[in-house]
Amino acid sequence: MDYNASVPLRLCAQNALIETLHQVGNASSVHYAGRKLRSLIDGARHSILQRVGAKRLIFTSGGTEANALALSGFGPVPLLVSAIEHDSVLKSAPNAHHIPVTSEGKIDLEILDKILSSFDKPGLLSLMFVNNETGVIQPLQEATRLAHLKGWKVHTDASQALGHIPLSFETLGVDVMTLSSHKCGGPSGVGALLLKEDVHLKPLIPGGGQEYGMRSGTLSAPLILGFAAALAEALYEEPTAVERLSSFQQKIEEALSEAIVYGKKDARVAHVLCLGMRSISAELQLMAFDLKGIAVSSGAACSSGKMKNSHVLAAMGVSPEESACAIRVSMGWKTREDEVDTFIQAWKNIYAQPMVKEAS
Amino acid sequence: MVTRPIYLDYQSTTPCDPRVLEIMLPYFTEEFGNPHSRSHAYGWQAEEAVETARAQVAKIIHADPREVIFTSGATESNNLALKGVAQFYKAQKDHIVTCVTEHKCVLDSCRHLEQAGFKITYLPVQPNGIIDLNRLKDALTDRTVLVSIMAVNNEIGVIQPLAEIGKICREKGIFFHTDAAQAVGKIPLDVEMMNIDLLSISGHKLYGPKGIGALYVRRKPRVRLTALITGGGQERGMRSGTLSTPLCVGIGAACAMAQAEMGEEHARLCALRDRFYNTILSELEEVYLNGDFEQRIPGNLNISFAHVEGEGLMMGVKELAVSSGSACTSASLEPSYVLRALGVEEEMAHTSLRIGFGRFTTEAEVDMAAEKIIREVHRLREMSPLWEMSRAGINLKSIQWAAH
Repeated sequence: MDYNASVPLRLCAQNALIETLHQVGNASSVHYAGRKLRSLIDGARHSILQRVGAKRLIFTSGGTEANALALSGFGPVPLLVSAIEHDSVLKSAPNAHHIPVTSEGKIDLEILDKILSSFDKPGLLSLMFVNNETGVIQPLQEATRLAHLKGWKVHTDASQALGHIPLSFETLGVDVMTLSSHKCGGPSGVGALLLKEDVHLKPLIPGGGQEYGMRSGTLSAPLILGFAAALAEALYEEPTAVERLSSFQQKIEEALSEAIVYGKKDARVAHVLCLGMRSISAELQLMAFDLKGIAVSSGAACSSGKMKNSHVLAAMGVSPEESACAIRVSMGWKTREDEVDTFIQAWKNIYAQPMVKEAS
Repeated sequence: MVTRPIYLDYQSTTPCDPRVLEIMLPYFTEEFGNPHSRSHAYGWQAEEAVETARAQVAKIIHADPREVIFTSGATESNNLALKGVAQFYKAQKDHIVTCVTEHKCVLDSCRHLEQAGFKITYLPVQPNGIIDLNRLKDALTDRTVLVSIMAVNNEIGVIQPLAEIGKICREKGIFFHTDAAQAVGKIPLDVEMMNIDLLSISGHKLYGPKGIGALYVRRKPRVRLTALITGGGQERGMRSGTLSTPLCVGIGAACAMAQAEMGEEHARLCALRDRFYNTILSELEEVYLNGDFEQRIPGNLNISFAHVEGEGLMMGVKELAVSSGSACTSASLEPSYVLRALGVEEEMAHTSLRIGFGRFTTEAEVDMAAEKIIREVHRLREMSPLWEMSRAGINLKSIQWAAH
């Protein structure tokens, strides 16, 4: 139940990846081996572009690098990011102005508009499509429209949105968008940054000049083909997956009436739940769940080793004491109903166990 | 019977070793988990596999595992080493020394640093492709923060005197970075003995997977970096992003294999290389080796065939996957900047082929490749008026060509 950290590799991605791993060559070479690989990569590129409604993309080593490139690529312009962005956005923009969120974990468009007006020159707005901890969907299309009216460029980290909510680069209107392979069931180690054709970014990694000069380094065809296959399947299965996971989400929420569900009142994706268990620390919960063979997390995986309080919940106005008792449950293409039932039962048991309560 | 082209482009990339593949595959299929998820067993297994791999990478360069960070490849490692060190120490020092024959990604990183106000010295190389240590010494100042000299050149395979460079740098308290993408697994490397402070490694140049590399960052005396990719704070804060467990396992296994087999493989490649080169020399005149023969990895030959157009020759030997320069820039028809830096004239630089031998090259392939190249060079020369003139003893340089 920790799909937002990493999703098991889809079989189709595994097959594409393994098949391509047996191919020899460097996609930048002119001889047969290179040309073959380049045509495979081009095929994967077009497949992704077509499915997400974009015209251009550059492959990166993952969502984190794509975010870092997007945030630095426009040069020294004013940066505006939501307070609930993933760490890879927040750390890439240490001097950025933060947009607050409501107690339900969503940005307020009126406040955004005011903040945009307070700058004397336009810059870059980075707003995630779906929050990785609460699953709350941000009003991206509207925010983009507001930002564009004032001459701003817009980046979105759509890592957690892909396959969980209809997504079209063109319709959303953003200028750059981050996609992650392993969050949609592809291999980790690869991601992409979608770009409008008029966007040119200053490279983070210059060198051989691959990827329109915006990102150098030998492309890994197996990872890219695995990514494309996973993305295709994730989008194909999206309607049924959303229906199935929504029913799981609903089931958990109904069964656990004592739990606090963060962001409950706003539109959320179906696969994430941020659950608070009163007065039982997340650390204790995690240990108890792990003993029962259930994997959950107390926040983003990247920071879960540190067990620090969630900046997302803090931005929603949740007190540190309360936020220390929140866990993240995330589901995916392999999650079964009996696993959900096991989780519900485990949650109830942990909550009911007086020993655990005392220990905390 | 050879049914598909013979692969002789091992400096561009190496095929992933089937044994490496076999070790990696379970991590793609079974043992999933984000190695950074500390709170559950899936994450722990992944973390353990990644740490084993880190130790394997460290071992091949005689480093401590805590000094190895994983990246997306050598291009990123080189970028991180150069920009990371430059940015971190910029308040005290602002000068970097590198060399004109470095890989494009090192040169490009330097160019970006120049734009940001740093001073860069590009050392020339001697006609054999190796830097002059005296010139290096002369270039160092009290503002120099870093010397970046590649271990093995990607086009001409020459080995730079790493231990000597390391010694000079250490004495002056200057960090020494080496791009060892072409060297790891091919020549013995020892970061302690060679006084190397930062070292870049590529997975796919040593029979591992593409999409992963590593950077060695010395702990004592400590080298500090400003991260290029920030976020979750993985890799001791020097490189954020979810690590790919299978890719880490792959590069680890590739290092372990390369280390175990290095001695034997070196001898085998030397024999293959000599067999090929001697055949070429015995059948063709006016063939010139670019770069030093002795200070060179056995898996590389870079040969100019006078009066033969390199691209034409490549077209003529379609059954061979060879290149006329580095892969990144091989689609361009410009003569190689590496060969130009050796003082090879433009006409001659245009006639060169890079031939790379590696783990899966067989004697039969080498023989067939030599035969095809010899036949094609003869054919092209027979059609060439320049060759005829040169045979007739005319010095082509003395001719005043009429403008058209």
